[in-house]
Amino acid sequence: MAVTLTEKAANHVQGFLAKRGKGVALRVGVRTSGCSGMAYKLEFADSVTPEDLQFESHGVKVVVDPRSLPYVDGTELDYTREGLNEGFRFNNPNVKDACGCGESFNV
Amino acid sequence: MALLQIAEPGQSSAPHEHRLAVGIDLGTTNSLVATVRNGVATVLPDEQGRPLLPSIVRYGPDGRIEVGYAAQAQQSNDPRNTIISVKRFMGRSVKDVAHVENAPYDFVDAPGMLQLRTAQGVKSPVEVSSEILKVLRRRAELALGGDLVGAVVTVPAYFDEGQRQATKDAARLAGLNILRLLNEPTAAAIAYGLDNAAEGIYAVFDLGGGTFDISILKLSRGVFEVVATNGDSLLGGDDFDHRVFCWALGEAKLPPLQPRDVRLLYAKAREAKETLTYHGEAPITARLSGGEFVDLKLTTEAFCSMTQTLVNKTIGPTRRALRDAGLTVEGIKGVVMVGGATRMPQVQRAVGEFFRCDPLNNLDPDKVVALGAAMQANVLAGNRAQGEDWLLLDVIPLSLGMETMGGLVERIIPRNSTIPAARAQEFTTFKDGQGAMSFHVVQGERELVCDCRSLARFELRGIPPMAAGAARVRVTFQVDADGLLAVTAREKSTGVETSVTVKPSYGLSDAEIERMLRDSVEHAREDMHARALQENRVEGERLADAVRAALASDAELLSAEERSGIGRLLEELRATLAGSDHRAIKRASEALNRATEDFAARRMDAGVRRALAGQKIANLGG
Repeated sequence: MAVTLTEKAANHVQGFLAKRGKGVALRVGVRTSGCSGMAYKLEFADSVTPEDLQFESHGVKVVVDPRSLPYVDGTELDYTREGLNEGFRFNNPNVKDACGCGESFNV
Repeated sequence: MALLQIAEPGQSSAPHEHRLAVGIDLGTTNSLVATVRNGVATVLPDEQGRPLLPSIVRYGPDGRIEVGYAAQAQQSNDPRNTIISVKRFMGRSVKDVAHVENAPYDFVDAPGMLQLRTAQGVKSPVEVSSEILKVLRRRAELALGGDLVGAVVTVPAYFDEGQRQATKDAARLAGLNILRLLNEPTAAAIAYGLDNAAEGIYAVFDLGGGTFDISILKLSRGVFEVVATNGDSLLGGDDFDHRVFCWALGEAKLPPLQPRDVRLLYAKAREAKETLTYHGEAPITARLSGGEFVDLKLTTEAFCSMTQTLVNKTIGPTRRALRDAGLTVEGIKGVVMVGGATRMPQVQRAVGEFFRCDPLNNLDPDKVVALGAAMQANVLAGNRAQGEDWLLLDVIPLSLGMETMGGLVERIIPRNSTIPAARAQEFTTFKDGQGAMSFHVVQGERELVCDCRSLARFELRGIPPMAAGAARVRVTFQVDADGLLAVTAREKSTGVETSVTVKPSYGLSDAEIERMLRDSVEHAREDMHARALQENRVEGERLADAVRAALASDAELLSAEERSGIGRLLEELRATLAGSDHRAIKRASEALNRATEDFAARRMDAGVRRALAGQKIANLGG
């Protein structure tokens, strides 16, 4: 039971949090929407609620709400660069199929 | 799969609905594009990791359009088709452009805005700018992985409405949706104000490639207010290059140069200037097309002394902006440095000495405007958490007003008012039965219309016949967030309405704005006199008309002696009206007024008698 970050992703998250000047964690979750049913939520967390599950990865706190966890459990977040674009990639073992761009998915 | 960015709490966007927005600093020398990613504003570099895009466009004879470094590389080989500093030409005519003799272009003096003849035909500055914007747009779309919902593009605070419109047109031509035009110093304040969360009154000193802007800003509780702006649109780093270029010409005793050699030497002059920021001396070496070899050494001392007057030229506008804001140097908490040219140590020193404090320069002066624009774009695209929105106030650089009788200006929105702004004022008819009113919208600080800039004229027709002064025409001036003006006139009793959106004719140069501001101070006394004269003239003519009309209809109420007396005073008034002594006009008007008081009373009595004739007393009681 965990959601983890690669070291590279953790370093970027720490950098973004520092520049933003506030925030206690990275919130990862899912919601129902998009062309294939589910979409990721990736946000700064300014507070942690009691029911949130908390993980720690390379010094970064990751929080996941319990309803989202089954869909993202085991996910590793990486930070990558593709040409000019850069950002976070979800390596999620639960995904069965995703829409063409991968922004929404099915489990 | 797609790469994701971290959103603000609760702001994760639905798939395929990312509101991608960018800030673009469309500069004279360099342009940049920035965005807010993972909560942080960052400049988007090109494939080679270079953040700046030189604002250079080349129209090659082979039909290719090159922009940026590729165009810069061809600058000295093909100066005629390689357009640099095109921002200087936005909304300008040939006569507005400084150093036109040194610019190696084939200008076409089109009405309104000049155009440039290139290997690919005649191009307007709007088209050239749009090529730069297209490259930035493509760069942003590649970097962000999607289409942009919009962009905030920055302009110098002193850009008049024609130049702003030209910038908007260029963006539209590049397929960009403009969320807002933003004044460059305001963008810089956003970048600094948010990152440093500093409250107080600040000066933003922006010496870019081609423009100098000084702005006085008030930052408090996240609200930005531009209190005053001033500047010189024909002063910037390019002028420092020009000084070094002229010096090199003289030192090396060069004959008149070919265009490509001019370009080469300019590039070398710029390099030397940049080297001197970190070193005590800089070499200038070049081999010219005629075989001459230039080998010079420029020292910091020589550079400082040849550019001293340029540095000094920044202080006058700075002082005027402070005065407009009603502040002294002591009231300024800090000075923000913007623009690559503020890296020059002598500029830093001069600003520090004037404000008696160390200027703030902890953000990259080349990027700070683009970063602020990106933050603003992010807010306007709706990507910020609720409650974190912030208000942004900008100002109108020159007063907006209407022409009234006698060529006087009635100021509706005074200069340095914050925008968006809307003000209304009522006007009325001057003559009995007047069926139409014509409106003349002007911009400027002087009292007489002929000394201000004409923006637009329009007419309100269909006013029903009424006595002079009875019609109520409400004129509304509305300036939107981009600084563009809409004027509406509405006659209140009938509701007839007409309006005009001012897309002012291109052509008022910022130097003209500067001159107009200076003139308004220097001519204050003359203007006061001119205003008094016009006011008395209008009043005198109105009185003369009224007396003449009264004589025509009710002369029988006067004795022959009274008639000739009034006639004589009327004649005297007419004589003074032809002159320019406002006191004499006032005296003659007053004399005529006094002499006709009794006549007026008798006319009123006669009028009442006529009205009552045949009425029964009983009818009057109710």
